[in-house]
Amino acid sequence: MTPAVVAARLEPSPPRRRGPAGSRNQRTIAWLMMLPAAVLIITFLIVPIGLTFVLAFTDAKLISPRPAQFIGVDNFVRLFENGTFWASLRNTIIFTIVIVPFQSGLALGLALLVNTKMRGTNFFRTIYFLPLVTSIVVVSMLWLFMYQPNGLINSILARFGIQGPDWLGNPATALLAIILMSAWQAMGLHMVVWLAGLQTIPADLYEAADLDGASKWQQFANVTWPGLRQTRTFILITITIAAFGLFTQVNLMTQGGPLNATTTLVYQAVQTGFRQQQTGYASAISLVFFVLVLIVTLIQRYLTRDKEVR
Amino acid sequence: MWTHNAGNEAELAAIEAIVDAFNESQEEYTVKVQAFPQDSYNQSVVAAASSKSLPCILDIDGPNVPNWAWAGYLAPLEGIEDLVADYLPSTVGTYEDQIYSYGYYDVALTMVSRESYLNDNGIRIPTVEQPWTVDEFNAALETLKATGQFEYPADFATSFTGEWWPYAYSPLLQSFGGDLINRDDYRSADGVLNGPEAIEWATWFRSLVTNGYIPLKSGADPAADFINGKSAILYNGTWTATATRDAFDDVVFLPSIDAGNGPKIGGGSWQWGMSATCEDQEGALAYLKFAAADEWVAKVAGDTQNIPTTESAAAEVEGYGPDGENNIFRTYSEEFALVRPPTPGYPFIATTFQTAAQDILNGADPQQTLDQAVADIDANQESNNYFE
Amino acid sequence: MTEVIAHVADRTAPAPLEHEAGRTRPPVLRRVVGMAVRIVAALVFGLPLLFMVISSFKPDTQIFADLGGIQAFLPVGALSLDNYTGVFERVPFATFLFNSILISVLTVGLGIIVNSMAAFALARLRFRGQKLALGIILATLIVPFEVMALPLLWEVNLLPNVDSLGFYQGWLDTYQVQIVPFIANAFSIFLFYQYFDSIPKELDEAATVDGAGWFRIYRSIVMPLAGPAVATVAILMFLPAWNQYLWPLMVTQSEAVRPVMVGIDYFKQLNVSWGQIMAYASIITVPILILFIAFQRSFVNSIASSGVKG
Repeated sequence: MTPAVVAARLEPSPPRRRGPAGSRNQRTIAWLMMLPAAVLIITFLIVPIGLTFVLAFTDAKLISPRPAQFIGVDNFVRLFENGTFWASLRNTIIFTIVIVPFQSGLALGLALLVNTKMRGTNFFRTIYFLPLVTSIVVVSMLWLFMYQPNGLINSILARFGIQGPDWLGNPATALLAIILMSAWQAMGLHMVVWLAGLQTIPADLYEAADLDGASKWQQFANVTWPGLRQTRTFILITITIAAFGLFTQVNLMTQGGPLNATTTLVYQAVQTGFRQQQTGYASAISLVFFVLVLIVTLIQRYLTRDKEVR
Repeated sequence: MWTHNAGNEAELAAIEAIVDAFNESQEEYTVKVQAFPQDSYNQSVVAAASSKSLPCILDIDGPNVPNWAWAGYLAPLEGIEDLVADYLPSTVGTYEDQIYSYGYYDVALTMVSRESYLNDNGIRIPTVEQPWTVDEFNAALETLKATGQFEYPADFATSFTGEWWPYAYSPLLQSFGGDLINRDDYRSADGVLNGPEAIEWATWFRSLVTNGYIPLKSGADPAADFINGKSAILYNGTWTATATRDAFDDVVFLPSIDAGNGPKIGGGSWQWGMSATCEDQEGALAYLKFAAADEWVAKVAGDTQNIPTTESAAAEVEGYGPDGENNIFRTYSEEFALVRPPTPGYPFIATTFQTAAQDILNGADPQQTLDQAVADIDANQESNNYFE
Repeated sequence: MTEVIAHVADRTAPAPLEHEAGRTRPPVLRRVVGMAVRIVAALVFGLPLLFMVISSFKPDTQIFADLGGIQAFLPVGALSLDNYTGVFERVPFATFLFNSILISVLTVGLGIIVNSMAAFALARLRFRGQKLALGIILATLIVPFEVMALPLLWEVNLLPNVDSLGFYQGWLDTYQVQIVPFIANAFSIFLFYQYFDSIPKELDEAATVDGAGWFRIYRSIVMPLAGPAVATVAILMFLPAWNQYLWPLMVTQSEAVRPVMVGIDYFKQLNVSWGQIMAYASIITVPILILFIAFQRSFVNSIASSGVKG
């Protein structure tokens, strides 16, 4: 890379030019470059989603000698009368509301913890990152062991004189248990993302704060936190999306129970669509799911709108 | 030819031996084996069926046979009646009076315990003629609990998932006098799954947990817990026989309890059938006829330590000869086995029952839960036109 | 949301990696507490995985007997390689491993090319429908794979295929069914877009003056600058590709094309051998862990120091 280029890159990026759409040549090239991705996204994302929307209004079955029939909104009527559906909706929302601040907050704590020059920083950073690269299937099986009434977690609690509950067997704790293990698994990713955000904050800001005699807490509130604005939005959105899609852990650890305490929309969709073979009905659940996520995304967009202005 | 046996060396080897023998016995056809892991086998088959790429010969879990026959995935096995006449009824899959499948073996449910546990506490050892009644069983659990020797007096393996729930717990329901669906016409579950007998079953089932007799959720491996002395009575399948015998020399395999209608156990294990899309049905039938011989029943059942389906084969299998230690299992199958309802609606019924039973165990109101299950099952039967 | 900057893209100032280094050393007490917190966190994240590896050397009955205490984490008792021998007898591990590597590498490799090209067009070219295209791509981010699995299965059954015997219909039981649907990835496009958008546009103009075409700008100027984005995308695409579980179960039948994660199912029978499950979980996890321990340093550093190296 030439020095001139480096210099150019270190200057702040100028505001984006607003002008007429690019030249014809640019348009053609742009579409050519987008073509592979566009074809793939349409084929493997948009078409299946569209199909879901159509199937939601039919009585299609996974296995049946009879062709599917259009049945209007029957599936939705049935759905809204179904207690399991409301439980799924409730759990999905609770899971998301709890895990988003919990997981991102702890991940930020971890990031602050390893963002210092101390012996073994790299070692710790690696350890915290390990669960992320472990398959969620493996992780679920592991935690199944640890959550047993006389398993690892409860025997550790017993050392402190606490009688641990039957984590996955008790409706009061099952969702909490899933939240804890999910946060444990995914926290490493968000730690790294926070870490990257932290390291974009210029060191001289901290030095200035030091000169002003700011306490650690003031430094965090006035330098670190505002400096992480974009990171925050990014993490908020990625965790929310991941949280809504909760499925694998539930499927492997609790199958939605006990007493519907851990069933989620995605789990219910797979359960009815695949195991109970009611494709049309499952598509209706998926459709409700899409709408829900869309609403939440729009709300988030609204809440973070002023911060987006650059 | 597809089988669910990947990862199960003994059974796979036995099946491969049959295939090799068949391939050598004639020139016309060649059968090739492809093995799948059991846990996801049904998913593989359904996916293949939906794309019409099923193999000619495949094995099927017994209760799924009517569903697949109705959906047109399976073809009836013509001219096989005589060959399977001696088979245990639970190992032959029929739908609308036609035979679609047969299996080499069955498995049985049993209460595993140790003679010393029972004798030391003055508990009667039940027999086929005189199994435990519910009261007797409850009293035995109370006695065992009072010893303080066990974490739980019994373990019903509630940590297992999927088909285990209807397989293991619906027979208890049936012993009380209820059932999964009305077997007269297979149209509705009303009155059998939510009748007074069913409520009685549900109340008792839940009381096992509230009385501290069984863990609400068993450990990941209940047999290991039994071997480690955490439970005194293990409700499980005959597949635990080997491991528990290795661990204790006084292990006993007791009949299931009698809640008024005699002990019941689930019948029907993996069975062989032919796909409707098979291009060479004659060849597939030739294999299935060849493979239905006693010799192969003895081979597969013997190698997998399961219950041979025919008596003549049983004589050849170690442990199932006269006075064999495993004969008791065959007796259980003969005396107690009840197949899960042979209706195409079974997969739905099974998942619905699983949810209901789990909820009941967790303290949901029995009447309300079972009424809901009945409503769901009836709605599904109706939406499929009663599979007519 | 479209304007969110992923930190990979944030490269305004070359912040020193450890900006606390230059400041006064924190008091002893704080350092001790900090270290204690780190160690506790390391135990929380590391012990379950240690348990997995240790248990893989123990017989089943001992795993359960040890569950209640510290010996669950210690290599004590009747240790042996029996579980591993069992694993290799049950599962064609070499085939599975080869398949997983092939599938992951192709997904990541093709994904980087396809997604970066699309992102390049979106970020640096101007054409009609640009905003809409970006909006649609971002909207697909919210769809969890599980709810599309069934319609997607139906769709891949209809796709044309070819082998040595000629053309036929359906993609079941092939490599491509495990690769092609996952190449185009909205999240990867988004990350590349963020990054490309932050590279000064003057570079393009300078190159155009020199007579370079857009493809050349993409290949020779922008991509070489995008190392950190490539690393991030590679990791975020690799993990799901390697961990695919539900989909290969549905679409593959023969062991010749199945990946390692499906192998877990070979051990989940009614009479499970948990020792073998732990052994299998270990051999499919540990290589990835090692890869990431080696890679992690450059991953984090490349994000943090992207402004310096270029």
